[in-house]
Amino acid sequence: MSAARVILVKDLRIELRTLQSLPAMALFAVTTFVIFRFGLDRTSLEGSLATGVLLVTILFAALLAINRLFVAERDEGGFDAIRLAPVDPTSLFVAKVLALLTYLAILELIAVPVFAGFFLDDAAGLLPLAGILLLLDLGLAATGAVVSTIGANSRARDLLTPLILLPLLVPLMIAAAGACEPLLAAGGPEYGDVGQWVLTMALYDLLFLLVGYATYEFLLED
Amino acid sequence: MPALPIDEAGKYVAGAYVVFLVLVLIYVAIMAAKLERMRRDLTELADLAESRKREAA
Amino acid sequence: MSNEDHHQHTLLSQLKLLTRRMPSLQVLAFATVAVLGIAFAMVFFYAPNDADQGFIQKIFYVHVPIAICALIGFVVAAFHAIRHLRTGDPIHDVRSYVAIHMGVIFGTAALLTGAIWARAAWGKWWVWEEPTLVSFLIVYLLYATYYPLRYSIEDRERQARYASVFAITAGAFVPLNFMAVRLAESLVHPRVFATADGGLPPEMLLTFLVSITGMALLFITLTRFEMSAKMTKGQISRLRRALDSEAPAAPPSRIAPAVPNET
Repeated sequence: MSAARVILVKDLRIELRTLQSLPAMALFAVTTFVIFRFGLDRTSLEGSLATGVLLVTILFAALLAINRLFVAERDEGGFDAIRLAPVDPTSLFVAKVLALLTYLAILELIAVPVFAGFFLDDAAGLLPLAGILLLLDLGLAATGAVVSTIGANSRARDLLTPLILLPLLVPLMIAAAGACEPLLAAGGPEYGDVGQWVLTMALYDLLFLLVGYATYEFLLED
Repeated sequence: MPALPIDEAGKYVAGAYVVFLVLVLIYVAIMAAKLERMRRDLTELADLAESRKREAA
Repeated sequence: MSNEDHHQHTLLSQLKLLTRRMPSLQVLAFATVAVLGIAFAMVFFYAPNDADQGFIQKIFYVHVPIAICALIGFVVAAFHAIRHLRTGDPIHDVRSYVAIHMGVIFGTAALLTGAIWARAAWGKWWVWEEPTLVSFLIVYLLYATYYPLRYSIEDRERQARYASVFAITAGAFVPLNFMAVRLAESLVHPRVFATADGGLPPEMLLTFLVSITGMALLFITLTRFEMSAKMTKGQISRLRRALDSEAPAAPPSRIAPAVPNET
């Protein structure tokens, strides 16, 4: 998997130098929180409302990163390079999944404390929430990498990628919302039903990682 | 003929079955259009083949 | 025969062999008419009225079989897509495309009849409380993106390959989606369409089985119909090329998969 590592390091270095995606994602998230504050006319959120605001914001911030995940590969001939090099094409998939995972983790390191500061009365549920968000990020990354590849090689890619991606993400979002809602409940986190949602998310992540891994070489074929 | 309850419910049930029927018929209509286009194409090609044959003779 | 013609001829003979083993389109069509006719007769003259919903429940016999056939069609499309990626033979891509196309058509019928049922039973055209309807809507929205996906990729082979990857991903997604939505709804609301599974009196069950057989036959018949039309168009193009005709009658469809006798 050293090819995957090389590609991952390349992506992270480029992101560090050019700062294309991350600042935009963070800014988008914070601004969206502000809009929700006024759109819902609330200064404090809990339970399902808090979950909805947080997850929808993360989802659309993720879309920003997913849309531009393969811009470099497409414009600079990166796809051709992978095809020609004697490496397993799925190493590109692994690298992109890890890159997306990294971006989303960094985004959440910024956005979640801001969200807690804006809207939450007590931060007790935040640590288990972080675990849920990690599972969510993995699912977003796996599905996002596959769909972004499909979109990158077509016309109207900015339109096509979210169009295909959003329905695919519904079960993941349902499970994430189901898990987060009791954690952000008014009287403090409750852990009753979280187990089955975590299981569902893990199943989703596993399924899409497998599907992505199995079909990726066909996406890269010329 | 068994007695069917003629009430509100009847209209909805009829509506559902009508929707099904209409969709199948729309499909038939689209296929008919495709068939018509194919017939036109084949006629054109048959004319072309025959005229070639006449020229060759 | 040139090499290319020979190749096309071989593909065509393979297809002929395949379809000869299966019943012909005429047989299928007549079987469909017969079974569906019997099914609908049973719905109105044999099956008893439901205790709770009364006459409205009759929609169940047309709504649920159509929905089930659509979902099976999507899963079958995934299997055709797997074969397409494995063998590279475009005929499997055609099968996958037609299966999804038919699934979307049946899906439209399922959503419309479902909405009519919802309106009749609860006064609203859409109910979020019914997990099956909601899951089905999500699946439908996903497969609706199949067309813009195919449309946006110009290279025929790549279009077919990407469509196959999509069909496989979406096919894997279907059961997961139903599971997740069912989990979400059951925590908030009890199952509403209790008549949809289990606890059916035998007359209803029999009627339902006949109906779903009829709908499955309809699905298969229309699929064959569609495939036959595509093949014929391919043959016409081949004839046109053989005659060296300059102007094609219609521009080749960008969204349809490349049929073996089309380039």
